[in-house]
Amino acid sequence: MSTSAPRVRVRGVVGESVERPDAVPKVKGEFEYASDLRRDGMLFGATLRSPHAHARIAGIETSAAKRMSGVRAVITSGELPTRERFGLMKLDQPVLATERVRYVGEPVAIVAADSAEEARLAVRAITVRYEPLAAITDPVAALQQGAEQLHRSGNVIDEVIVVHGDPDTRADVVVEGEYEVAMQDQAALGPEAGLAIPRRDGGVDLHVATQWLHEDLRQIAPCLGLPESKVRLVLAGVGGAFGAREDVTLQIHTCLLALATRRPVRMTYGREESFYGHVHRHPAKLFYAHGATKRGELVFVRATIVLDGGAYASSSPAVIANAACFGAGPYRVPNARIHAVGAYTNNPPAGAMRGFGAVQSCFAYEGQMDALAAKLGIDPVELRERNALRNGDPIITSQPVEGSAPVAEIVRRCADAPLPPRGPETDPIALPGGAGNLTHGEGVRRGVGFAVGMKNVCYSHGFDDFATARVRLMRDERGPLARVHTAAAEVGQGLVTVCVQIVRTELGVERVELDPPDTTIGSAGSSSASRQTWMTGGAVLAACREVKAVLLSRARATGRPPDDLAALLDEPIDKTVSHRHRDTEPRDAATQNAGHVAFLFAAHRAVADVDIETGLIKVVQIATAQDVGKAINPLAVVGQIEGGIAQGLGLAVMEEVILKDGHVRNASFTDYLLPTTLDMPPVVTLLIEHPHPDAPYGAKGVGEPPTISSTPAIVAAIRAATGRTLHRVPVRPDDIVFDEPYRSGWRITPGDDPRRAVRA
Amino acid sequence: MKLNVNGSERDLEVDDHESLLTALRERLGLPGSKNACEQGECGSCSVLLDGALVCSCLVLAGAVAGRDVRTVEALSDDEGLHPVQRAFAETGAVQCGFCTPGLVVATYALLTENPEPSDREVREALSGNICRCTGYGRILEAVQRASAAMYRR
Ligand code: FES
Ligand code: FES
Repeated sequence: MSTSAPRVRVRGVVGESVERPDAVPKVKGEFEYASDLRRDGMLFGATLRSPHAHARIAGIETSAAKRMSGVRAVITSGELPTRERFGLMKLDQPVLATERVRYVGEPVAIVAADSAEEARLAVRAITVRYEPLAAITDPVAALQQGAEQLHRSGNVIDEVIVVHGDPDTRADVVVEGEYEVAMQDQAALGPEAGLAIPRRDGGVDLHVATQWLHEDLRQIAPCLGLPESKVRLVLAGVGGAFGAREDVTLQIHTCLLALATRRPVRMTYGREESFYGHVHRHPAKLFYAHGATKRGELVFVRATIVLDGGAYASSSPAVIANAACFGAGPYRVPNARIHAVGAYTNNPPAGAMRGFGAVQSCFAYEGQMDALAAKLGIDPVELRERNALRNGDPIITSQPVEGSAPVAEIVRRCADAPLPPRGPETDPIALPGGAGNLTHGEGVRRGVGFAVGMKNVCYSHGFDDFATARVRLMRDERGPLARVHTAAAEVGQGLVTVCVQIVRTELGVERVELDPPDTTIGSAGSSSASRQTWMTGGAVLAACREVKAVLLSRARATGRPPDDLAALLDEPIDKTVSHRHRDTEPRDAATQNAGHVAFLFAAHRAVADVDIETGLIKVVQIATAQDVGKAINPLAVVGQIEGGIAQGLGLAVMEEVILKDGHVRNASFTDYLLPTTLDMPPVVTLLIEHPHPDAPYGAKGVGEPPTISSTPAIVAAIRAATGRTLHRVPVRPDDIVFDEPYRSGWRITPGDDPRRAVRA
Repeated sequence: MKLNVNGSERDLEVDDHESLLTALRERLGLPGSKNACEQGECGSCSVLLDGALVCSCLVLAGAVAGRDVRTVEALSDDEGLHPVQRAFAETGAVQCGFCTPGLVVATYALLTENPEPSDREVREALSGNICRCTGYGRILEAVQRASAAMYRR
């Protein structure tokens, strides 16, 4: 059978920079986000949250709230239809707190009322008697003997140990360091929102901004006491996600209120509530030792990594596995021991954020690589090139890198990118401190820093990862038309464009329309792990090829050319395909097997000006080279890279959810600082395209690598400018001015079990 | 109270502490202006009040009686997109798009006052508009493309 592409030339195919199909409604303000949803007779939901990091609930009094004007329902744990719990990887989270609260912000009661204001007032009228308990907020302390157990299973969420070669071997040169990554917020601009509509059959439809409709469904239905067939999820417009929408937030609550009142109910979090309502990036403490020969070849990496999972598990087990598996970075490391543990604490729960565990370890191992380069007297770029993973080399889990591992190439290309003009800045806006006019350049030093990172694409360790797509090719008054239906969440990344481009390329039809994603079709998996181009893109591609096969057989039967679509589509062609990537192996005791599908790599070079008197920083330029396999939509790839770098810059110099005894001290955009146009420098982007044989068109996925190594590159630039140690991100002005090296407060031999830590 | 919204007289009843943003979104059926922080920090709610760029979340609805409000919904007409909107769509300046209405209005205000801004002037003018997705590179390009389309044809 011939599979040659139809001869008609269509615009907007794979490889072109194509405008998003939703760009026009978005620029007009017509695109409907979850927080814009409305229905006649709609009620408004609100949530009462715990003010304590850890407390016993001695009693809840709701009668006053129930009597208030406009109030239609008040629900506490006692009124829930089931005692089911929810959670991405462990069902450890109660729908509403029962008996005890484990973090500040934990939902305790929910209310539906005629107006948002009445719902808020009713929440305030609920009285809860708490008996405060001692809170554990240091994850290393949570792991020590005698620490109070926050869950029946203990305080260890999960533990991943990688043992590779002979980790206790000796080396000519050894560097040790401890590092810390603070809690970062995804800060998607669109707040959490959803609209639940009760159905006549006793079920419920939920329109919600999420990353994975089917996973939400799996967790929601049991908590409502309903079979999955009675709950339908529809994707509402998503205003950014970055991992924060992997977990259930208001989904179950909104459905419960709709079912209780028999009315549509909308819930929308405000910005402060959003900070408490969704998971964040795991804070981490990392203890590293690197050994190398005198010539600068890595001999061993030993590391202990403690991740703060907060009060509930969320996706912590997979984050821990990533931190461990990629704990030595994109280098040839013959011997390694990484001991990574995630601990339950009374901090707000941590979960997915772009980079997912790879971010935390990259900050540490790249700091180590620079320290090693300094000790050996080797240029840091040279040291990285010398140790770079090549095609076929194993990573520390023994899995060889297949497809492409152009690490030395991205390092060299990135290092050779043009530098920004030197020359003293005269305009204060371009100096550290910007419009604050804090310097005329006297104390300002420039530094250049470099970093490389790696991560997996798709889900790992034996997870049954698949995506489903339905493609229908038909004809209407205007000619041939293809319709695509998937459950994949467009969160801003541009998957909708990729799907349209694939259909145009495969079927030669310019008119491609997308059905709204919902759970009436099979799962697409999550819009995370940089996986949707590979997975949903792969499913759309496979479905197109099945459609094309029918087209070709019709062409043969009728003697028409296969691109004469008008003549061949008297009957529509309709194909639904589930696409799986190759199997991965579950983790074994030493994590020595093929647990991952494929690997992504990026290199970053940062140039920063630092005022050593005020400690203020201005990042002047970022250069990056990224192995993307194949750029399906080059403009969108550049957008992912620039956006990912902005989040890496945020973590490097400004973004921190500041915790004090489990309380978030800066739950607003006034106090949680995000990069603006004045913080974000020009980015020089070099796309390296080595197609991966298993991926659609070779496209490897691009979303996460920009966020992984941009942070350590920027910190390296600040170190180069100032000579400071800077082992904690975000770097604060005081870290530069007062030069107090970071101390974790614990002594742990790198690679050891953190349960053997002693207080320093 | 009465006010002029996007060219038409509207009658409106508002609560004392209600923001213009809430009034636009919840009472006037104009959800194009977005609510992302409600503290004047992100610019998602940007509108023109008597021609001046404001964060509508910081303006009391009661204070706009008799005044002229223009929102993102007023920028395009039956003829099609405004050049600022076209430029944003074409340059890849839109990802999730939640920041886009505010940025489109802010860019319109900037280019009305300063038809050919330098890169630095654009950065200063748009520094009150947060975008979490794009890293701003394509947005800065969209502003230049819009300026070219509007003035240097
Ligand atoms: S919502 Fe008005 S500035 Fe953020
Ligand atoms: S495009 Fe998502 S916030 Fe700007």
